[in-house]
Amino acid sequence: MQASAGGRMRIDVNGLDVLLRALADEGHELVGPRVQDGAIVLGPIRGVEDLPRGVGDEQTPGRYRLRARGDDALFGYAVPQHSFKKELLLPRVTLVRIRRGKTGAVVEAPPRPDRKVAFVGMRACEIAAVEVQDRVLRDGPWMDADYAARREQVFVLAVQCGAPSGTCFCVSMGTGPKAEAGFDLALTELLAPEHAFVVEVGTEAGRRILARVPRREATAEEEEAAARVVCDAAARMGRTMDTTNIRDLMMSNLEHPRWEDVAERCLGCANCTLACPTCFCTDVEDTTDLSGDEATRTRRWDSCFTFDFAYLHGGGVRPSLRGRYRQWLTHKVATWHDQFGTSGCVGCGRCITWCPVGIDITEEVAAIRATSATAERGG
Amino acid sequence: MAKPKLAVFKFASCDGCQLTLLDCEDELLALADRIDIAYFLEATSRIDGGPYDLSLVDGSITTAEDVERIREVRARSKRLVTIGACATAGGIQALRNARDHAEMLSYVYARPEWVDALATSTAIARHVEVDFELRGCPISKQQLLEVISAFLHGRRPAVKSHATCLECKMKGHVCVVVAKGVPCLGPVTHDGCGALCPGWARGCYGCFGPSDAPQTSTLSRYYLAKGARPGQMKRLFSSFNADAEAFREEASRHGDD
Ligand code: SF4
Ligand code: SF4
Ligand code: SF4
Repeated sequence: MQASAGGRMRIDVNGLDVLLRALADEGHELVGPRVQDGAIVLGPIRGVEDLPRGVGDEQTPGRYRLRARGDDALFGYAVPQHSFKKELLLPRVTLVRIRRGKTGAVVEAPPRPDRKVAFVGMRACEIAAVEVQDRVLRDGPWMDADYAARREQVFVLAVQCGAPSGTCFCVSMGTGPKAEAGFDLALTELLAPEHAFVVEVGTEAGRRILARVPRREATAEEEEAAARVVCDAAARMGRTMDTTNIRDLMMSNLEHPRWEDVAERCLGCANCTLACPTCFCTDVEDTTDLSGDEATRTRRWDSCFTFDFAYLHGGGVRPSLRGRYRQWLTHKVATWHDQFGTSGCVGCGRCITWCPVGIDITEEVAAIRATSATAERGG
Repeated sequence: MAKPKLAVFKFASCDGCQLTLLDCEDELLALADRIDIAYFLEATSRIDGGPYDLSLVDGSITTAEDVERIREVRARSKRLVTIGACATAGGIQALRNARDHAEMLSYVYARPEWVDALATSTAIARHVEVDFELRGCPISKQQLLEVISAFLHGRRPAVKSHATCLECKMKGHVCVVVAKGVPCLGPVTHDGCGALCPGWARGCYGCFGPSDAPQTSTLSRYYLAKGARPGQMKRLFSSFNADAEAFREEASRHGDD
């Protein structure tokens, strides 16, 4: 056996368990995949025993089912309904509390979140999605203090994707399936000849924790097998999206009849935006208690699909569902570029799978491209 | 300053929604501190004739006498808030609205001629002006407290009228439509229950009535295409909020089976 040129390490399943417990030992809460209610969800895990061993998923527009893979894979699924967004941009967060004091109002900013957390099994598309949210919520002119504080304390234990689903299209969006950066450690799961993981080190923190784990250098064969895992994944994308000139394509087709067509199928239920790992829209709610001595301001998830989201004086600015769907899709793949310098879509497929009526963003874009009023048809 | 007067009135209902007020155990003392409960027969025999600063009305209008009484209540109330599916949409008893009332009476009562009721059960807002409608069968305790707090302090209640799916996703429930193929009314149902049923792997029954922009036909069309039967769709839309316009119209589009 030859030692690998990249100097990557190899750990076995027991090593993964030691790694997870070492992370916990250093004060990290572990958030990773487990089976719950007929799906893989991201939640608290303790070690390897909680991972979805041998469980895969089938995803098509509006449909998700678990399946037995017939092997021992621990990360043999695509992406779950919720991404790690729910751990960084919380569904509900108290922004400020104001109490009536003896001499006036007492303003109580909530404590800065202090939570070391390890994201276990994060995929390339999810890392890309967090980077999109970073640009919006942390690095832009309006920093979200709660998000930024949570983000600072994240350890990313990525897993390179070997099981894309029928709704994945990260290759089209240039975000996966291989994570090149943005992780502390990245594993590639090998099922044969032995169940093991090839480990890439991304940061000093990753290197330090790996030092606590029984390991050896990966062989050249193991490195090759790991490279094949992502290579095969790239060839098995369930969907594609042609992004040629996509910004201009969308913006020059604002009156395309397809918007009317999709409005006939869409429920305006907001599931796509809430499942999407990059959608960041929130609402701010002000409440008082019964005594009137305490007022609370809460930030909560909202969506461009709700009727009152764009409510200004006198009414909503997008009363039609056609307008709301168009706002979502054009922002996601077109004006996001103007605002933040990237696409708002990372190709994870969640909005397709978790749309209760199976509306497919790639199909909508393709339909507009196929019958575009202008020359933006692309290649 | 005198405490604002609160009154609670009951029309045709099971009383569950007004009992929600008594269920506010922890908050009840704070409430009694701030308001004068002037009329609430479920809780006290004290009868103060009003006028009231805030009246909560539960139940629907089902008799000629109800029609008169709700007008009197309105005249004695500065603000009138209806609570629950009966008061806001006619309740389960509004199922009779789409049927032959006399025939239904003959099935249920040995002496139907003793029953003096209207052929319909209707929402309070069809009879008098209502300041706010709090939905649900039953209403949510948190929302009730929120509405009372809002009225006490002269602000808008933070009660959302969008689809139940938002709360469902915020709670992290796995969508039953997508993961189990169960028809769920969440996409067209008003927020408020905290996505209770999807949390127990059941489809939403629509207890909070239609949302502010309910795409009922789109939803039915999809479920029918996926194998639901027309009668099943009809029944889904014909429960506690059967007389809410969007649900009533959708139910009428499907036959029995
Ligand atoms: S728009 Fe859809 S595919 Fe793109 S990142 Fe969001 S959920 Fe994923
Ligand atoms: S595209 Fe699908 S998930 Fe999104 S609002 Fe429309 S019906 Fe709901
Ligand atoms: S389970 Fe029902 S309420 Fe929840 S997201 Fe799915 S359709 Fe909406």
